[in-house]
Amino acid sequence: MSFQYTILILLIPLACFLINGLVGMKFKPLLSGILGTAGLGIIWLLSLFTAYTYFFQVGQVNGEFQKIVVINAEWLRFTDKLHIDMGILLDPISVMMLVVITTVSFMVHLYSIGYMHGERGFQRFYAFLALFTFSMLGLVVATNIFQMYVFWELVGVSSFLLIGFYYDRPSAVAASKKAFIVTRFADLGFLIGILVLSYFTGTFDFIALTGSDQSIFASGAAASFMGLSALTWAALLIFMGGAGKSAMFPLHIWLPDAMEGPTPVSALIHAATMVVAGVFLVARMFPVFFFQAPAALELVAYVGGFTSLFAAIIACTQFDIKRVLAFSTLSQIGYMMLALGVSGYGGHEGLGYMAALFHLFTHAMFKALLFLGAGSVIHAVHSNVMQEMGGLRKYLPVTHLTFLIACLTIAGVPFLSGFFSKDEILVAAWQSNKFLFAVEFLVAGITAFYMFRLYFNIFWGKEKTYAHPPHESPLTMTIPLVLLALGSIFAGYLPFSELISSDYKPFETTLHLSVAIPSVLIGLAGIGLAMLFYRRESTLPDRIAASLGSFYKVVLNKFYIDELYLFVTRKIIFNYISRPIAWFDRHIVDGTMNGIGWVTETSSQKIKGLQSGRISQYGFVFAIAAVGLALVFIYFIN
Amino acid sequence: MNILNLFVIIPVVTMAAILFTKDLRGARLVSAVGMGLQLIAAVVLIFSFFALRKAGDSAEFLFYSDVTWFESLNIHYAIGVDSIAVWMIGLASVVVFAGIFASWQMEYLSREFFISLILLATGVFGFFISLDLFTMFLFYEVAVIPMYLLIGIWGSGPKEYSAMKLTLMLMGGSALLIVGLLGLYFGSAQAGEVTFNLLELSRINFPVTMQRFFFPFLFVGFGILGALFPLHTWSPDGHASAPTAVSMLHAGVLMKLGGYGCFRVAMFLLPEAANEMAWIFLILTTISVVYGAFGAIWQKDLKYINAYSSVSHCGLVLFALLMMNQTAMDGAIIQMISHGLMTALFFALIGMIYSRTHTRNINEMGGLMKVMPFLAVAYMIAGFASLGLPGLSGFVAEMTVFIGSFQHQDLFHRVITIIATLSIVITAVYILRVVGKILLGELQNPEHQKLGDALWFEKLSLVLLILPIVAMGTLPLFLSNTILDALKPIVERLTAMI
Amino acid sequence: MIEGIPMQHLLIVSLFMFFAGVCGFIIRKNMITILMSVELILNAVNINLLVFNKYLFPEQLQGHFFALFVMGIAAAEAAVAIALIINIYRRLNSINVEEVTEMKY
Repeated sequence: MSFQYTILILLIPLACFLINGLVGMKFKPLLSGILGTAGLGIIWLLSLFTAYTYFFQVGQVNGEFQKIVVINAEWLRFTDKLHIDMGILLDPISVMMLVVITTVSFMVHLYSIGYMHGERGFQRFYAFLALFTFSMLGLVVATNIFQMYVFWELVGVSSFLLIGFYYDRPSAVAASKKAFIVTRFADLGFLIGILVLSYFTGTFDFIALTGSDQSIFASGAAASFMGLSALTWAALLIFMGGAGKSAMFPLHIWLPDAMEGPTPVSALIHAATMVVAGVFLVARMFPVFFFQAPAALELVAYVGGFTSLFAAIIACTQFDIKRVLAFSTLSQIGYMMLALGVSGYGGHEGLGYMAALFHLFTHAMFKALLFLGAGSVIHAVHSNVMQEMGGLRKYLPVTHLTFLIACLTIAGVPFLSGFFSKDEILVAAWQSNKFLFAVEFLVAGITAFYMFRLYFNIFWGKEKTYAHPPHESPLTMTIPLVLLALGSIFAGYLPFSELISSDYKPFETTLHLSVAIPSVLIGLAGIGLAMLFYRRESTLPDRIAASLGSFYKVVLNKFYIDELYLFVTRKIIFNYISRPIAWFDRHIVDGTMNGIGWVTETSSQKIKGLQSGRISQYGFVFAIAAVGLALVFIYFIN
Repeated sequence: MNILNLFVIIPVVTMAAILFTKDLRGARLVSAVGMGLQLIAAVVLIFSFFALRKAGDSAEFLFYSDVTWFESLNIHYAIGVDSIAVWMIGLASVVVFAGIFASWQMEYLSREFFISLILLATGVFGFFISLDLFTMFLFYEVAVIPMYLLIGIWGSGPKEYSAMKLTLMLMGGSALLIVGLLGLYFGSAQAGEVTFNLLELSRINFPVTMQRFFFPFLFVGFGILGALFPLHTWSPDGHASAPTAVSMLHAGVLMKLGGYGCFRVAMFLLPEAANEMAWIFLILTTISVVYGAFGAIWQKDLKYINAYSSVSHCGLVLFALLMMNQTAMDGAIIQMISHGLMTALFFALIGMIYSRTHTRNINEMGGLMKVMPFLAVAYMIAGFASLGLPGLSGFVAEMTVFIGSFQHQDLFHRVITIIATLSIVITAVYILRVVGKILLGELQNPEHQKLGDALWFEKLSLVLLILPIVAMGTLPLFLSNTILDALKPIVERLTAMI
Repeated sequence: MIEGIPMQHLLIVSLFMFFAGVCGFIIRKNMITILMSVELILNAVNINLLVFNKYLFPEQLQGHFFALFVMGIAAAEAAVAIALIINIYRRLNSINVEEVTEMKY
């Protein structure tokens, strides 16, 4: 079966972007919304069809999933070996990502018709959404690492454009700038990683890099720099790129601020798709990490573990509901990174790999649902802050129910999808690193706690007085909620390990009760604690916060990481690098040039008096000089 | 007749025709027609060149012709182009044509303005088609000198100072250059008759001691025009004072003469010295790249920001040339073209914004996206091209440079490549700073509410520049491959020496 | 008649004339006198030209030609100089060379 049609999956969003971007302003807003949504609907169906045919019909040959290169056209040639190709590579993870991206993107497109209704720049919004979808799809189907980098950058810029969608709000502009520059800085690492990797291996191609032929790595493994092999450096730098996009500590600072963008954007980009690009990158390069740079893989695990704990703690103290969700996203991506980091290769050893991608899949569903639900709440009460909400369950029944399902899912309540994927991650961690397992186990409890803190604060608690009585959102918004809720419930029943594995060979997994039961219990404990604190208005949380004192304050301020960054950029780079350079240029470099001019001018001022204008003086000098020259010629030159 | 002659004849005829016009309307119409013809000629040249190449004509320079001009000194009018020169001519004609439209409302002494502008263009075109170093130098001077008048008369701010500084520094470069050229000329006597012809000179292997002596003259001479640190300071002042079209032409095309000369003359003809001394200039250009970018962060004047960014980007051109491998040099040429278009676009936009707001200080503007969406979007496209967004030309250029430079066997070269890559982050910082300050956010000055968006001729000028940027960014393969082919003899000569 | 006179005598006359001219050129303030001094210098040179021609290469005529040439130049120069001096006088009401320093620097 040929997959030639998959090229449409890329071209349709691109066409939507071009149409909406170039001539969209002439359309009625609704038309461009419908155009974008229809386009996405088509590619959603195409992706589902692709996934079906790939996974269940033709993808598997002799018990191993094939890497199918549908198309691969040369785009730019550097040398005979190094060239950027633009193509489509279908393998289990890219097909799975196609489904994730098109599903969430379609839901968001549909949802935005209602959510963005009447906004200025509606067409622009749809153009950017289509651009983002195109770039993200291009990223996951990339056949080579440079194609991935190309789309990686495009994803970054679409994220910049969408975060800064409300461009007349200074906070949105600042957030978009921050997101772009932080990820750009991380991408620099990615680029240098690519440079190093391609220098030693002589190829960009994923199939060659992840294939069984390990001889291309010989020179890179032999070369060492500061005690680590060149390939370890390459892997670390590439992971830096992934960490930037996936907002891993310490490059996480842009993600909470990115919530300035419209809520559907947060759901699409900053929860479900773009931020997991880092996970996807590590998964894509997994054989390189595992065989050539185990040290880098270990770092991935620790960074992931640390971020998940760190973000979960912060999430407990935030009041902006979108920020809580943002930190929760950080924490969950930390889980995925950790799972990749502790994973082995092949069969049951590679459980972590499978678990990471499984969690990516289920997380996309329930986190998109959470964000869209939050959007629905914000749409109803026109505020992001949870102190201004309460008792909304009566007004927003659909939102309430779907939000509850999502919260239960993320908390790991049995038989919802989050339970299955989280269980696999915990098992994988248990098998390889008990310390990280303990961290994740703790985080599972904290996650349940802060999610239900959010849930109870919004839908229970004391009813606030609202300027407008809150009302349920229109159908275009509730339908995606319901669909995603169904996804969150049932996604866990997919036989994931039979589809995705580190060596492309299906394997069996079973539920590990010894890990599952404690993790469910700690999740329930978190929920119970949250219920105790927040179900009714009580002073208990405040008292606890007060008793924690300065620790609470540090956490509330997100460990002052932002301030640290501001200090480094504003104070050090601006004041101690850029400003002196500008001064140096004006005064030293340019001063030298002006100095040369000054010397010339001054000396000419000094000697111009010789030209006195007095003929007799000239004549005298002339005569003396003539005599002098004559004497010289007569007595010395001969 | 050789089509290349047209590139000198058309501007000269246009200048003569402007003499017969009476006012701005006539002068700009004649210029637009003349330069439009020039653009058509450039397109025809590109097509016929690649048709010939495809037909199998593998001579190094096509459309070669040679007329003796000054017999006793053996100076010729020798012309010919390879694909690099063809692309540079294409770049120059686009920028010049867009420049005419950018100065559509030049009220003051308009005929004289257009004549000087086209005189400058003549020099540029003549430079790119010349294969005789003497005529090349002559056209180089023709391109540099009108700059003084254009800035000194039609400029803004401290225009006399800037014009003087720019001209003197470039003339200083010319002085070095003529010494180097004469060195080559008299050095060629060892192979028979003295000659200025590039092709004949390229067959001579000059003695190493002589190469060592003359290489710095030639490289620095051209390098000054290519904004080689620390001889770049004419650029910020000159660009800031120059009128819009002149900034466009100067940063867009004239600075490329420097880079072009560096590899076509200095490195190509003196390869051993180039190999020996590359490290000195590599350090200088690495400084240029990073230093220009940092310098741009602190500026407040839009033109200064762009001028420093040009220092950084043009530094990258020389940087990549000195890496002396095919990929990096290919990147350098693409970067020249890309930077030419992009910076012309920037200066055109800055001119248009300035003509509305009457300020170039970024602190006095804000939220212009609302009042002039077309200009703002164009500015963002230029900014994204500058910070290397895929799909626009800057990305292709920078990536080719970095990949090529990193392929160097020597660790020193790879380390400075990594240092140079830092510039892409810093570029993002200053570009987004400007975009955030002037285009986004709230409207800073209520007076600006009344300003209008781009007029038709401005739109034409901008679209003309944006189209090739997008084309290069999305489909770079043909461009890059043709440049790689043209670089082959140069790289072979450079690497044969090691 | 000239045969009896040794060459040195003629040259001494021309030497005196020349230095008289040079001294006049340097010392005198009046432009007309300076002009006259210049004439003296030129005529001293003329004498030299003729003398050397007569005594060293009597069969050739280049010296005579040159002398005639110098006289022609001197006439032209005098005409231009007088015109200049008259104009200067009209403008500055003075032909004192010390005062004519408009074009210095």
